[in-house]
Amino acid sequence: MTAQVITVTSGKGGVGKTTAVANLAVALASNGSRVVCIDGDIGLRNLDVILGLENRIVYDIVDVIEGRCRLKQAMIKDKRLPNLHLIPAAQTRDKNAVSASDMTRLTKDLRAECDFILIDSPAGIERGFKNAIAPADRVLVVTNPEVSAVRDADRVIGILEAEDKGPGALIINRLNPSLVRRQEMLSADDVLDLLAIELIGIVPEDEGVLIGSNRGAPVALDPKSKAGEAFRNIARRLKGEEVPFLDLESGSSLWERIQKLAGRR
Amino acid sequence: MNETNSLIQIKGLRDGLLVSLSDAPWDEQLSALLSRVDAQPSFFQGARLALDVASQVLKVDDLVALRDHLSERGIFLWAVISESPTTQQTAQLLGLATRISKPRPEETRQFAVEDLGEETALFLDRTLRSGMRIEFPGHVVILGDVNPGAEIVAEGNVIVWGRLRGMVHAGAKGNRQAVVCALEFSPMQLRIADEASAAMSPQTQSKPQIARINQFGNLQAENWSPA
Ligand SMILES: Nc1ncnc2c1ncn2[C@@H]1O[C@H](COP(=O)(O)OP(=O)(O)OP(=O)(O)O)[C@@H](O)[C@H]1O
Ligand SMILES: [Mg+2]
Repeated sequence: MTAQVITVTSGKGGVGKTTAVANLAVALASNGSRVVCIDGDIGLRNLDVILGLENRIVYDIVDVIEGRCRLKQAMIKDKRLPNLHLIPAAQTRDKNAVSASDMTRLTKDLRAECDFILIDSPAGIERGFKNAIAPADRVLVVTNPEVSAVRDADRVIGILEAEDKGPGALIINRLNPSLVRRQEMLSADDVLDLLAIELIGIVPEDEGVLIGSNRGAPVALDPKSKAGEAFRNIARRLKGEEVPFLDLESGSSLWERIQKLAGRR
Repeated sequence: MNETNSLIQIKGLRDGLLVSLSDAPWDEQLSALLSRVDAQPSFFQGARLALDVASQVLKVDDLVALRDHLSERGIFLWAVISESPTTQQTAQLLGLATRISKPRPEETRQFAVEDLGEETALFLDRTLRSGMRIEFPGHVVILGDVNPGAEIVAEGNVIVWGRLRGMVHAGAKGNRQAVVCALEFSPMQLRIADEASAAMSPQTQSKPQIARINQFGNLQAENWSPA
């Protein structure tokens, strides 16, 4: 078996890419998959912090690419989950230190050794984004139920289609059901209506996410957390399981919509 | 500028562009190609590109660098065609196609504006997403949606078999007879010739509509009904 490379991207910044990568990584690894995360946000690394691995970094991705260390030396093993590894981003180096073919080569060397390679993309549609999607077998697009985030997600999906990376699958993050009910927030339905791509998960707004990130313990590790459950469900869907969507917006026609979208293909 | 550009030939294919280079030194060719792209970024942005490199002998590093340069500019290189077996091998190694189905003559027509008669239409069988802009010297027909943030500028009419929620300018060179119609009509901005209207309020019941300049010279959208 060779690993699947999954890149998480968004267009707009701050919508929860890094949060998603960290949570999907721990959820997949808790289920027995061998996972390697790559922080593709060169210069602004923070996946290590959210995973609680910050103080273990010796080498980073640029050291690997420029040959200062072997790939294995840059892979930090998670203490909680021995089958989870992180290749951290470089903190100080400039973004041009990495190219699309570097990323492809790096993942090629890793594919034989694990089941999932998760890449955290920087915001935007510039070079760092292009690097992050270059090796992807599958792209997850994260958005918030918010007009500007959805607009940027649409743009990213257009680029993915043009680059033959498929339209990607959508994660709607930070949905607040009571705001949706009061019609003060776009519903999942509204977002899907516009983007018209496969939905792979809806994650509710949950202050536990921030607390977990600050502690270096992603919420997917907390069996009681709703957001954690949403991320665990996405992880199961990535493995090909059929998992019903959490009922966050009761009364919505989300199911019909999903059915309809599936039928369109 | 013109001298370097003449080394390069660009043709439209059914699903992308075919760029043909000559046997001049590779460095020269590469920089000519890139400066051509940089001169018209919107034409190339998002394009699928097949490259005919004649008998150039190219190594992995050459093609990798080329692919990186192009992908930084939003261009997807999918095929490299060459008479050199070495180059063919290199391309295969990188997962690039080395053959494209021979384009039929009518598909190789250059995208040159002068060749297109007034009644030419561009047909696109896809949704236009945010950030995409279509400019065309004839009519534009979209089978799909036009999302917010997408733009169509056409000298003729614009027909959207889908939901129109982006920006459309029909009759862009001043044709006041041009029309815009869509199955669901809620453009962010609509212009016909010099008349502009701000966002049309989103339709509650989505009926097909057609917009034109009426006899008083105002932009007006009305429900479409079979005559
Ligand atoms: N479901 C959620 N509920 C509450 N807060 C969240 C949720 N998801 C993410 N956040 C918070 O939103 C902020 C941004 O998240 P994150 O860093 O993952 O975004 P990002 O897309 O990686 O940002 P950047 O574009 O800067 O890399 C963080 O403070 C995070 O804790
Ligand atoms: Mg991030």
